[in-house]
Amino acid sequence: MKQKLTQAEKREQRWAYLMIAPTILGLLILNYYPLLDTIRLSFSKTQTFGKSTFNGIENYITMFSTPEFWKATLNTIWFCVLTVPVGMAVALLVALLLNAKVRFKSGFRAIYFLPMVVAPAAVAMVWRWMFNGQYGIINTILGRQVNWLTDPSTALIACAIVAIWSAVGYDAVLLLSGLQNISRTYYEAADIDGASKIRQFFSITLPMISPTLFVTLIMRMMASLKVYDLIYMMIDTSNPVLPDVQSLMYLFYREAFVAGNKGYAAAICMWTILLIGLVTIIQFIGQKKWVNYDV
Amino acid sequence: MKNEQSLRRSMLIGKLLTYLFLIAGSIVMIFPFVWMILTSLKTLAESMQVPPTIFPARAVLENFTYAITSLPFVNLYINTILLIFFRVLCAVVFSSMAGYAFAKLNFRFKNLLFSLILIQMMMPSQIFTIPQYQMLAKFSLTNSIFALVFPGLVSAFGTFFLRQSYMGIPDEIGEAACLDGCNQWQTFTKVMAPLTGASVAALTVFTAVFAYADLMWPLVVNTDITMMTLSSGLATLKGQFTTNYPVLMAGSLLAMIPMLVLYLIFQKQFVEGISMTGGK
Repeated sequence: MKQKLTQAEKREQRWAYLMIAPTILGLLILNYYPLLDTIRLSFSKTQTFGKSTFNGIENYITMFSTPEFWKATLNTIWFCVLTVPVGMAVALLVALLLNAKVRFKSGFRAIYFLPMVVAPAAVAMVWRWMFNGQYGIINTILGRQVNWLTDPSTALIACAIVAIWSAVGYDAVLLLSGLQNISRTYYEAADIDGASKIRQFFSITLPMISPTLFVTLIMRMMASLKVYDLIYMMIDTSNPVLPDVQSLMYLFYREAFVAGNKGYAAAICMWTILLIGLVTIIQFIGQKKWVNYDV
Repeated sequence: MKNEQSLRRSMLIGKLLTYLFLIAGSIVMIFPFVWMILTSLKTLAESMQVPPTIFPARAVLENFTYAITSLPFVNLYINTILLIFFRVLCAVVFSSMAGYAFAKLNFRFKNLLFSLILIQMMMPSQIFTIPQYQMLAKFSLTNSIFALVFPGLVSAFGTFFLRQSYMGIPDEIGEAACLDGCNQWQTFTKVMAPLTGASVAALTVFTAVFAYADLMWPLVVNTDITMMTLSSGLATLKGQFTTNYPVLMAGSLLAMIPMLVLYLIFQKQFVEGISMTGGK
């Protein structure tokens, strides 16, 4: 390796360093220093403005002995369970329907994709209104009197419905591009062999898009575990139901920037990352059982 | 003969069901937006009628006046546009340069440096939030456009994404340019960069949509109402008009109209751009 570089190679290397310099410097300042600092903070007691002193694992001890924290962890997992399987199933259905020979395909696609381009803050606002217990249109349609957003047993479900509605189009578009890559010849062969459409779905479609499905699933899981903005907009801090819906990232935001407990908040952040990492690792182990790469 | 007839019938039913599902789904997707518009035109009293009216008895614009007078919408628009503009500019320029270098140039520690990019992409952005905020606070830079743009000054994802785009360009094209006497910088700007147009467009859409949607960061870093974005401004409006939904709907509508109009015009670019960058 210790070869002398030629003049041209040296010049190329100099250009390369110049061109990556902004990005690498930026990453070091904006991401790698903050990463280390968050880890440090999680072992520190933060006092007034910016000052912090090392206090060992005290933040973690406090965290693990706070019921609010465990509830937030459960809420986050529950939110994930509520949104991911149903969301993926609906997205797959939409993708399959869009993959059929239909007119206005791009029109339908654009409609389902719509929530993606609208700020979650605005989306949450109209859903709050529709879920309103007294005057909401959803209760009118259902002909029932449910206090969706103030009842601890329904508040997170309402948030999950909005999350699914927001993400379905995006996931469907990703899955659709996977479906379009499946060669027609497989289905033609299956037709000749007399395989039913349902059989074709399970024997051809599902295995063939399993890699796309897997990527979409991982992405959706990560996003659900990090959920914050939607719940923040749907459930006010003054809403008594808050402890029953608040996610880890919501708790993180409140502790860090409302209560000012940055050290404690950093510990919550570390925990969330651990959780996300764990779920992702499980996914990657589990994928061997169902994701089909040899096509 | 009979068999063929029943086959054709079942295909027709299948087609019918497909359209039925797609149309029903579309109604579910569009309805909240329609309801937002209808509510924004109702008086407060009408919005609280039970059972609700569908169309406003008399369309009023007062809710928009309330929304505009209680939130500095002009500032919010300008701040959001500047945020998007600088985020996109930084992401495109810096990521193009780095993406090109990682794809086409040889240098020492290339793999090590590239792993910095990959590792950053795997980490949730919240882990950076507190220290990023503290850095800005230390230099009294909060409540500024710079503060809004700050976490997006460079884009690891953009670098990764554009690197793939440059890898797809054959080396011969760059070599031909070299023979013609271009230096590395000229090869990059004059020959290679123009070939990544589709990817740059996708990155632009992706960056813009996510900058516009972001809520936690603008809420944390710019607490002065005139320095907020549309998203964080809307969150503030929610606090002011807790139950006055017609005003909240008017505000939400004002906040999403610019993006919606862009989406209606560049619908294909939006969908394809974001799905191209898919997986993030």
